[in-house]
Amino acid sequence: MSRDNKTGIELAQVNVWFGEGEERVDAVIDATFSVPHGGSFGLVGESGSGKSTILRAITGLAPTWSGNISVLGSMLGKERDKGFYHDVQMVFQDPYASLHPRQTVDHVLSEALYLHGFKNPDKRIVQILDDVGLEQSFRFRWPHQLSGGQRQRVAIARALIIEPSILLLDEPTSALDVSVQAEILNLLTRLRKERGLTYLMVSHDLAVVSHMCSEMAVMNQGEIVEMLDVEQLRGLKAKHPYTKELLDASVQKRRGKP
Amino acid sequence: MNSSSELSQKGSGWREWLLTDAPASRRQARLSSWYRSWLAFRSNPMAMFGLSILFALLLIAMFAPYLAPYDPFIQDLAARLSAPGTGGYILGSDSLGRDILSRLIYGSRITLYIVSLVALMAPIAGLFVGTAAGYLGGWVDVVLMRITDIFLAFPKLILALAFVSALGAGIENAVLAIVLTAWPPYARIARAETLTIRNADYIHAIKLQGAGALRIITRHIWPLCISSLVIRVTLDMAGIILTAAGLGFLGLGAQPPSPEWGAMISAGRKFILDHWWVATMPGLAIFIVSLAFNLLGDGLRDVLDPKKSK
Amino acid sequence: MNNLLEVQNLTVKFPTRNGMFEAVRKISFSLGRERLGIVGESGSGKSMTGRAILRLIRRPGILEADHIKLEGEDLLQFSEKAMRQVRGHKISMIMQDPKFSLNPVMRIGEQICEAYRLHAKASKKEAKKKTLDMLEKVLIRDPERVYRAYPHEMSGGMGQRIMIAMMLIPDPKILIADEPTSALDVTVQKEVLEIMDDLVRERGMGLIFISHDLNVVSAFCDRVLIMYAGRVVEICQADRLHEAKHPYTIGLLNSIPQLEHPVEHLQVLQRDDAWSREPSVNGVVKREQAS
Repeated sequence: MSRDNKTGIELAQVNVWFGEGEERVDAVIDATFSVPHGGSFGLVGESGSGKSTILRAITGLAPTWSGNISVLGSMLGKERDKGFYHDVQMVFQDPYASLHPRQTVDHVLSEALYLHGFKNPDKRIVQILDDVGLEQSFRFRWPHQLSGGQRQRVAIARALIIEPSILLLDEPTSALDVSVQAEILNLLTRLRKERGLTYLMVSHDLAVVSHMCSEMAVMNQGEIVEMLDVEQLRGLKAKHPYTKELLDASVQKRRGKP
Repeated sequence: MNSSSELSQKGSGWREWLLTDAPASRRQARLSSWYRSWLAFRSNPMAMFGLSILFALLLIAMFAPYLAPYDPFIQDLAARLSAPGTGGYILGSDSLGRDILSRLIYGSRITLYIVSLVALMAPIAGLFVGTAAGYLGGWVDVVLMRITDIFLAFPKLILALAFVSALGAGIENAVLAIVLTAWPPYARIARAETLTIRNADYIHAIKLQGAGALRIITRHIWPLCISSLVIRVTLDMAGIILTAAGLGFLGLGAQPPSPEWGAMISAGRKFILDHWWVATMPGLAIFIVSLAFNLLGDGLRDVLDPKKSK
Repeated sequence: MNNLLEVQNLTVKFPTRNGMFEAVRKISFSLGRERLGIVGESGSGKSMTGRAILRLIRRPGILEADHIKLEGEDLLQFSEKAMRQVRGHKISMIMQDPKFSLNPVMRIGEQICEAYRLHAKASKKEAKKKTLDMLEKVLIRDPERVYRAYPHEMSGGMGQRIMIAMMLIPDPKILIADEPTSALDVTVQKEVLEIMDDLVRERGMGLIFISHDLNVVSAFCDRVLIMYAGRVVEICQADRLHEAKHPYTIGLLNSIPQLEHPVEHLQVLQRDDAWSREPSVNGVVKREQAS
């Protein structure tokens, strides 16, 4: 396939900031990394590290950035067109905030199909509900009738129904219970395999990222402090002190106090 | 007996169909959510009281010719200023011997006409301006909000007076004048709501699906703003009736001999000391309808306000 | 050593359109001078249990129990006025987000002082000294500055330390911490938990630690109650959590991805309806009545 040697997402010297003049806050400083097509890449860090801001810069939600961002080989400008949103979709952190409170599941999915001019909306909605493991009886429910995990499945369905090739995941399971987290992570793993998707996942949880991603960048205060692959992480072979601290915290948490 | 139990079973079947957790079609989902709101609304006795008054008002306006004992325009100077209960006038007669009850009954048509026109036009104008300003931001926001501020800077009645005197007296012009003075608060509310909604994840999500500003505003933001506007309109309704009555009272609204309630009070003003009922009866009518709208507004707030239901 | 707290057959229920919903069903447990963890998923009734102890269930919620005994006295018999004395004075509670628990327009120091003076008769000067002491105890480096600061100037971790200081200053017997670190970053989480742990142990208090995070609870508690659908399904020693027997506990533990043990597919918890029908496990530990 010609897509094999294409990159999915490539960032070079990307800076993102908010505010101007004295009030300027640099949220991301000099971020450079690339995600191969079909790959799965994690951005790890704590709150305020700028990891989510990178996703916002890619999607155009954070308008003030500099540097180069390219998606599927084409360079992004300031504006995003419909074609971009057809390739790149995002799943948000809080499933309680990411679904419109006055729209049924059917409405949410139909709207996505309408915006991209898909035919046979009925067939596609039935199919996508199947794919994300929701029964057909959920189709006409309101968000307030769904649990957190079910909502997140709807959010994933909404992103995938327009058949993107890249999925940006902003802490997709941090608002969920661990048992539900396992279900959603399994679902994401399966969908990636079935559809050959590229994932860029943001998380604060090293264990989740190591489960989902083969490579990752650790961020602290807007900067990428270390890049490592999953083997290095599992072998606890981090070099940067901050990564070590993170690793310590998450391993110690599990083993209990020394 | 058999049929009644069948009926009740059918009734509960409907109830079940409406209260289901798994609607099978868009229509059922929509009806079901309305029915749930209705159930919540119904449990508020004061709101139900308000609603029934307004329903009664609607019926009175519809069947005015059948309900009114007299023609509201026919004068009987011999029986002028009859006290309530005398000479067949239940609520008395006015200075030209016209039956006050009949005039109130016909007047309800004018009141409903004014109220419904204002209630349709002012919030919609406010919704357009407020959501556009709130969502688009930047210079659009600045321009639209300064215009709103200019309107808000004048007292309502004075501004309405100015408009009516420029446009000429009459009900249509009075309605127009009230709308022109009533929309700015709605624009403010709609803008404030939009500012909180526009940064919600679900709006970001639809933006990331490639929806344009117009579609986001009309399809995704409006449905959320409308409930708070509806609440505000019903609470403002009393004020609208009073403004209309005020214009009528000043002779700038409905013109005689039309039985507009405000104009009736104005006409009764001259006799208020000796013949209290001429001004009091229409005053009471205004009071009751305003109260009904207020109660309805309170009830609607409990049902519709998403912040409260959380 | 006596039990500080003894809860017998606690039930919390709410009327809904489809009948009574029982958020907590007949659970019993006791608390000594120990750290007791209550773990469960959202909706398991764990937070409700914490609030029920302080009788903070709002109507139309209904609270029932045979008794909730604080050092032998049944809190259910207390008047609302007496309960206010208990809350904060004898039993304190720390919530998940300090931002909602602190008054945004009051200086931090004043709030802590007020909390102290509400229960102890102390002069303003004494209260201030005590407050600064307390802020130092939660390892705040510059207590004077924090004393004068407003809540919004503080980070999440700092805010939670302030909450701990504020809750511990009246010297309560029991601290209920409801997800105290869930909103914090992992590195900060550790610090805050350690501070809380040290202070609670130093003062010989009882701690009820409510959390969804099995790992944190097993690391920082002595005993753990595992709640499911309003019941206690299992009780274990925290350090033996990994030997848990109940399928729910095992399922929860297995569904967490682990850094050093990669798996292709995470195990998914298979829920069994029977779990929500079986009676609660009794968590009362009879302690000798020593005097």
